[in-house]
Amino acid sequence: MKVTMTVNGASRSGEVEGRTLLVNFLRDTLHLTGTHVGCDTSQCGACVVHVNGQAVKSCTMLAAEADGAEIKTVEGMANGDGSLSTIQQAFQDHHGLQCGFCTPGMVMSTAALLKENPKPTEAEVRHYLEGNICRCTGYHNIVKAVMAASGQDVSTIAAE
Amino acid sequence: MYNFDFVKPKTLAEAAAAMAGDEAQALGGGQTLIPSLKARLASPTTLVSLGGIKEMVGVCTGDDGSTCIGGATTHGAVAKDAAKLYPALAKLAAGIGDPAVRNRGTIGGSLANNDPAACYPSAALASGATIVTNTRKIAADDYFQGMFTTALDAGEIVTEVRFPVPEKAAYIKFEQPASRFALTGVFVAKYKDGVRVAVTGASEGGVFRWKEAEAALSKDFSAKALAGLSASADGMITDLHGTAAYRAHLVGVLTRRAVEAAA
Repeated sequence: MKVTMTVNGASRSGEVEGRTLLVNFLRDTLHLTGTHVGCDTSQCGACVVHVNGQAVKSCTMLAAEADGAEIKTVEGMANGDGSLSTIQQAFQDHHGLQCGFCTPGMVMSTAALLKENPKPTEAEVRHYLEGNICRCTGYHNIVKAVMAASGQDVSTIAAE
Repeated sequence: MYNFDFVKPKTLAEAAAAMAGDEAQALGGGQTLIPSLKARLASPTTLVSLGGIKEMVGVCTGDDGSTCIGGATTHGAVAKDAAKLYPALAKLAAGIGDPAVRNRGTIGGSLANNDPAACYPSAALASGATIVTNTRKIAADDYFQGMFTTALDAGEIVTEVRFPVPEKAAYIKFEQPASRFALTGVFVAKYKDGVRVAVTGASEGGVFRWKEAEAALSKDFSAKALAGLSASADGMITDLHGTAAYRAHLVGVLTRRAVEAAA
């Protein structure tokens, strides 16, 4: 069947099977490989994208379910001039990524969090990101990056 | 995952017609079903998405004061929209899975699946909720019939769940840290005519009412009323996360904590 969705502001269409997952449509059909598949069991959050403004694990949503939806992936996060967005820059500045595999999901979850709660506490950040796993275990700097992206002082958070 | 035909009806009537087909399976938010399909634990020929049926989405107050939640309402929406109507229920919804899971998973899907470690069944049973389907209304006491087993007939769709709102209530779960499902969870709800206590995650038979605790708490709604009471380990789940005796112990601990949180 044919599906059409707005992906990072552009209308994109493609053929899918009933069983095609949203993440496979994004990666294999649209070649947007920034969204990663980590666990494929909705535990790790590497595949988080926004569907109609809400964070969703794209490995656990059918592409057919996203027909007509607005999708935002990590490729749509940079500023219009190509420079890194505030969140992305904060991840770079605070060494919020090590191997980088979980980063797309971390960035998308962070964007969803800060939309809901622009000045989260450290505890709220950790709680919100519980569905995003970093196998390098680089959580301190991820949390620090999120706090910095929200414009808060991070000097008191654990050292890098 | 084996392939299937995907249909997304816009009305309940169309969904009911689609579900009448052989080997048709309803799809709520898919947060359990899609992993099950991937593991080939389920292989329907047709998947009927309930996500396009507007009449099945939303939270409202019924004529009798109960909190009514459409079957296709996500956990995230319940956490926000039921916060003032039934705070303990909203808090339970806010603790299911993680934010991205809550943005997809639905109350109807959770109750239809009746996972023995799911959170919602305990709220429905402790609240004496009514599960409304496209064909009838089912009392929670009749609805839950064992692990992954409910009173639903083939093709029947949970369209709405009606929760009588208690005077006081709380849900406390002990999370299995990897899956975040309830290793054991207890929902306590105090109504004018008595207290109901429902336990999830612990029993081989799925969610159940701990009637001894209900009797004690109905006389005296305080943690000390539970002194000396212990849940039997008979029929409790033993797995790598905990023994039957451990879960039975948790039932007592969590019930006490839930009463303290509700009081």
